[in-house]
Amino acid sequence: MTEPLLVFFILAALAVVGAVSLILQRHPIHSALSLIVVMVALAGLYLLMGAEFVAAVQIIVYGGAIMVLFVFVIMLLNAGVEERTSLSKMAGPAGLLLAMALAAFVAATIAKSGASVQAAAQTGALSSTKGISEMVFKDFVYPFELTSFLILVAILGATVLAQREKS
Amino acid sequence: MVPTNYYVILSAILFGLGVFAFIFKRNVITVFMSIELMLNAVNLAFVAFSQALGKLDGQVFVLFVIVVAAAEAAVGLGIIILIARNRQTLNVERVDLLKL
Repeated sequence: MTEPLLVFFILAALAVVGAVSLILQRHPIHSALSLIVVMVALAGLYLLMGAEFVAAVQIIVYGGAIMVLFVFVIMLLNAGVEERTSLSKMAGPAGLLLAMALAAFVAATIAKSGASVQAAAQTGALSSTKGISEMVFKDFVYPFELTSFLILVAILGATVLAQREKS
Repeated sequence: MVPTNYYVILSAILFGLGVFAFIFKRNVITVFMSIELMLNAVNLAFVAFSQALGKLDGQVFVLFVIVVAAAEAAVGLGIIILIARNRQTLNVERVDLLKL
C-alpha cells in the first residue's frame, strides 16, 4: 500500500467515525465536537489532494468560525440531552435504510461515471492558491461580489431575527 | 495517488450519514449540524473532481459553498434562538405549529 493511500484511509476512517459519533452522541456539544473532527479530517484530505488553500479555509471558516457559532448557540440556549420519543425510535430504522440506499445509489452511479473522469484525468500538482485567486478575481468576479452582498444580508437577517422585542 | 473513486465514495458515505442524522436527530441544533455535514460531503466531491480533471473550478465552487454555509449558519442559528425563545424547546417534534 502506498503512502498517500494509507493517509487517505486513516483520514477517511477518522471522518466516518466522526460522522457516526455525531449521530450517536446524545448531547449537542458532543455532536458539535464530532463534527469538528470530521471537518479537520476533510481538511487533511484536501491537503492530500493538493488543495492547500481550500484546506486552510476549511479549518479557519468551518472548524473555526462556523463551529464556534454552533457551540456558542448551544451554550447560550443551554441545550441539554435530546429526548427520544416513539417517533424518533421509528425514524431510526427507516431513516437508516433510506440513507444507506441513497449513499449506495450515489456511490454506485458516480463510481460508474468516475471511470470516464479517471481516463480524462491528468496528474500534476496544480499551483492552487495562485490559480484560485486568479479565477476568483477574474472569471468569477461577479459571483464573488454577490457573495459579499449575501453575507451582508445574512448579517442583517441574523441581527433582526435574534434581537429582543422592544417592550 | 489515490483514485478519485475513493474520494467520491467517501463523499457519498458522509452524505448518507448526514441524511440519516437529519432524519434521526431530534435537537434542532444537531439537525442543523447534519446539514453542514452534507455540505462538507459535497465539498469533498467537488475538490476530488477538481483534482481529477486538473482544473481549479471545483475548488472555487467549494469556496462559494463555504461562504453560503457561513451565511446559512448565521441566519439559521438566529432562527433557532427565536424558536427557543418563543417555544421554550429545541425538540423538532414540539415545533409543530404548521401541522394539521
